[in-house]
Amino acid sequence: MKKFMFVNRKAPYGTIYALESLEVVLIAATFDQDVSLVFVDDGVYELTKGQDTKGIGIKNHSKTYRALDGYDVEKLYVERESMEARGLGEDDLIVDVEVLSSTEMAALMAEQDVVLSF
Amino acid sequence: MKFGILLSEGPYTHQAADSAWQFCQAAIAKGHEIHRVFFYHDGVYNATRLTEPPQDDRHIVNRWSALNAEHKVDLVVCVAAALRRGIKDEVLAPGFRISGLGQLVDSGIKADRMVTFGD
Repeated sequence: MKKFMFVNRKAPYGTIYALESLEVVLIAATFDQDVSLVFVDDGVYELTKGQDTKGIGIKNHSKTYRALDGYDVEKLYVERESMEARGLGEDDLIVDVEVLSSTEMAALMAEQDVVLSF
Repeated sequence: MKFGILLSEGPYTHQAADSAWQFCQAAIAKGHEIHRVFFYHDGVYNATRLTEPPQDDRHIVNRWSALNAEHKVDLVVCVAAALRRGIKDEVLAPGFRISGLGQLVDSGIKADRMVTFGD
């Protein structure tokens, strides 16, 4: 088993990176690997509550993050500095996450076998 | 060492497509193995045989095909990303194949190092 980390760095909409990252995560979960997700920079917006995409005519994929549990993907980490810089707190997020400082995040990344960044 | 490559940007618009190919060339020249190049996001546009750059420019798609012909490098295009963007079997350049995201995860498992080229 290898440690796969998926690093989400982009806002949920405006580009396709967040959605296509989620698609890889769901596939990786079926490979019986140690999967974790990291949200840094604008990636923390992917987890915010109350997403409404009707106005831009794009599918709202945020509910999928809540379904990750069902795929045994339970390790979600948010970088504290990125969250705070955007005026967000844990209460603003749709799922339970572990909040790590950038130093702690760096240590966690160093432990991984495969880091895929989106 | 065995490398897996993820390329997530299209040709000509982004340096990533050139850098990924140059990395593969350099790695092979040093005696390393490229386990697979996986094309995702707009990276799938690297695979279309309809590409016709001006004559005085490099031909990014043909370069990939040559990498497959000369070094048997597995060139895999993500099916979901490809279909979204109109890339199908009938427009694939030689040496490419369309398959699922599982091929990316498989590459991560089998390669010693996974290297991403993209934004």
